[in-house]
Amino acid sequence: MTTVALDTAGCPSGLAPPSATNAADPSPFVRRVGNQDRLSLTVRGAKCGACLARIEGAVAVLPGVDTARLNLSTGRLDIAWTGDLSAQRIARTVSDLGYGVAPLDTRAGDAGHKKEEQSLLLAMGVAGFATANIMLLSVSVWGGNGEMGEATRQGLHAVSGLIALPTLLFSGRPFFRSAWNVLKRRHTNMDVPISLALILAFSVSVAETIRGGEHAYFDAACMLLFFLLIGRFLDARVRRRAYSAARDLAALASRTVTRVSHTGTHEPVRAEDMRPGDRILLAPGERAVVDMMIEQGESEIDESLVTGESLPRFSAAGMQVMAGSINLSQPLTGRATAASADSLLSDIGRMLEAGEQKRGAYRRIADRAVSLYVPIVHSTALLTFLGWWLSGLGLRESILIAVSTLIITCPCALALAAPVVQVVAAGRLFRGGAYLKSGDALERIAACDHVVFDKTGTLTLGTPRLISNHVPAGTLQDAAQLARASRHPLSRALTAAAGPGPLAANVKERPGLGLEGTVNGMACRLGSAEWTGARDSFHNGASLFFVRGTELPLELRFEDDIHASASATIASLRKLGLGVEIVSGDRSGAVAEVARTLGIDQWTAAASPQDKVLRLEQLQAEGKHVLMVGDGLNDAGALALAHASAAPGGALDVSQSASDAVYSGGLAPLPLLVRTARKARHVMLQNFGFAAVYNLVAVPIAILGHATPLVAAIAMSGSSLIVCLNALRLNLPSEKPA
Amino acid sequence: MSGLVILIPIALLMGLAGLAAFVWAVRAGQFDDPDGAAARILLDTDAPLPNSALGRPGPGNAEA
Repeated sequence: MTTVALDTAGCPSGLAPPSATNAADPSPFVRRVGNQDRLSLTVRGAKCGACLARIEGAVAVLPGVDTARLNLSTGRLDIAWTGDLSAQRIARTVSDLGYGVAPLDTRAGDAGHKKEEQSLLLAMGVAGFATANIMLLSVSVWGGNGEMGEATRQGLHAVSGLIALPTLLFSGRPFFRSAWNVLKRRHTNMDVPISLALILAFSVSVAETIRGGEHAYFDAACMLLFFLLIGRFLDARVRRRAYSAARDLAALASRTVTRVSHTGTHEPVRAEDMRPGDRILLAPGERAVVDMMIEQGESEIDESLVTGESLPRFSAAGMQVMAGSINLSQPLTGRATAASADSLLSDIGRMLEAGEQKRGAYRRIADRAVSLYVPIVHSTALLTFLGWWLSGLGLRESILIAVSTLIITCPCALALAAPVVQVVAAGRLFRGGAYLKSGDALERIAACDHVVFDKTGTLTLGTPRLISNHVPAGTLQDAAQLARASRHPLSRALTAAAGPGPLAANVKERPGLGLEGTVNGMACRLGSAEWTGARDSFHNGASLFFVRGTELPLELRFEDDIHASASATIASLRKLGLGVEIVSGDRSGAVAEVARTLGIDQWTAAASPQDKVLRLEQLQAEGKHVLMVGDGLNDAGALALAHASAAPGGALDVSQSASDAVYSGGLAPLPLLVRTARKARHVMLQNFGFAAVYNLVAVPIAILGHATPLVAAIAMSGSSLIVCLNALRLNLPSEKPA
Repeated sequence: MSGLVILIPIALLMGLAGLAAFVWAVRAGQFDDPDGAAARILLDTDAPLPNSALGRPGPGNAEA
């Protein structure tokens, strides 16, 4: 098996932190095809080419593996093998490299999104082909103006029409379908004027061709389709990257549980197959997937992702373990008290849905622009037709002018204005260490004026560090000999401070109290004050006590370190005009300490997930737009409810998917996120401004009847080009990072 | 003008060939993992030549 030094674990580019979650046994998810076994895993934290080479390389050398292919864009690893290689060994190999691994249920993939993206890409390709070829013919028509014989022109128009018809039928479907759907519900959207312009342009051109007329708009129709599909495709792309909350919740529930049968044998089963009353074994280091009641064993439970409490809780028979918490020290057996669909995870899922529905009410700038635009364009076209017709121009000419108005005002630039900006901004943020999950997130982040931070794991590292410097090195080494036997976060911090060394003899762990063992022939104890006979401490953070033989107990103090970049980040956020606040589930002493260090006056401690949601609703009632930053399950509801939200790369999947952006490498990307979002909104508005100016210039030309197909082609491609170039400005270095 | 009767179909056929190649690429999943494709080209998967192969021109370096 491959071993890797700790400092190189995870993505070497530093874009994602190494994941320490235990690999669950994915064997229930293995599919058998012929004599080949296949398994799909989602790999978290793989962001660069080196990750790709490392993961594929490590898996490919396992005995019997035929293919191992990682999709870097989606994080999906497909493995096919023959022989008796265990699925667990594959998962372990990847997790040993420092990446998070979870089995992927292929029945519930994102096949729908992928298919939509693919069909848009195909439609775009067809429209591009048709545009190029019709343009070839149109240019000769325009170039031969006056010299070309009428029969030749008619022939070229006919060929253009023959190319345009199948293109329209194939590539126009997404627009026609969506337009038809909203019209049935007596609404309107951008696709209605698009469809109308496409159909009218095509039919008028067919009529003109048959009549032998001078102008046909086949090229305009196809070009329109091509530009619109580029915008539509980019939009779908950004949306698919934002893997949905529902899918990730499903992925979390698709973990494996060790079920204990009546005969006492252990078998791994899918979490969704668990029924209330089933007996479960929860091994040390394992995350509970369903709520359970402990029947046997004593252990300590890390609930930091569920409640935000930074210190583990002692648990014994008769106590409840909630889904999402991690068992730290001893194996526990218990009974599932709820199916995974009714567990705490699902409650949080419901909170997510509620939040997302509220957020769904947000109207994107593009949609608002369109709702203004549609009636204006349609009435202009209608008035143009009526005006010309009533003033004595023939019916055919009036219709032709009205249609050319519709074509030239068609929202090409409008359709590209937002998606191009989103793609460029997402790329820039990705290089800065933040990963944007949805397109309209930029607009929402830009509007935020208040930031609410979670504490544990967000402002702080989430792992305690020994701060007692005065401890004699020998004593520290002795204490570490006991601590090495335990998974408790404080023991780990002590071990980290002491470095590598031997393990004490006869170490016993008493969950909830501490450790005892023999060091250098002396009986020693490490643990709580009552376990060592010490007096309680006045320290605000966590403490351990160490007693050697009959000596006086010695206090070891720990602190949850604040991120190195936290105070700089908060200063720059304040400079950007945002208010800062902490809402944490942790004890008030710990929260007050962090708030004081960072100079934040407003903080709430001991907040339950519901409290967090309530606080956010309260802030929203005050008219504030809140940017929520948090990592735990207990933040998921608040993350989904907030106007915009961000989660660190180490957060739980559910929290990551509930938020609009995921950042890594400390808190530093947050100000960049806000700055880029504001700039992106600015550029977007500018783009809409360009589109409006373009219409102001083009519409009078069209109304006066001068919009020939040549003018339309130049105007449409020109405006689209300007909008795209303007979006690229986001990539220019603007201000020096603070 | 009679040249057009030949030239236009040729132009269209060439375009269609390109389109067919594009459709094949989309269907075959060539656009499924743009990030991975960008990274894969830089992966150094060549193993060093075995000793027996040294001195004889390999398939890739016939001129050397």
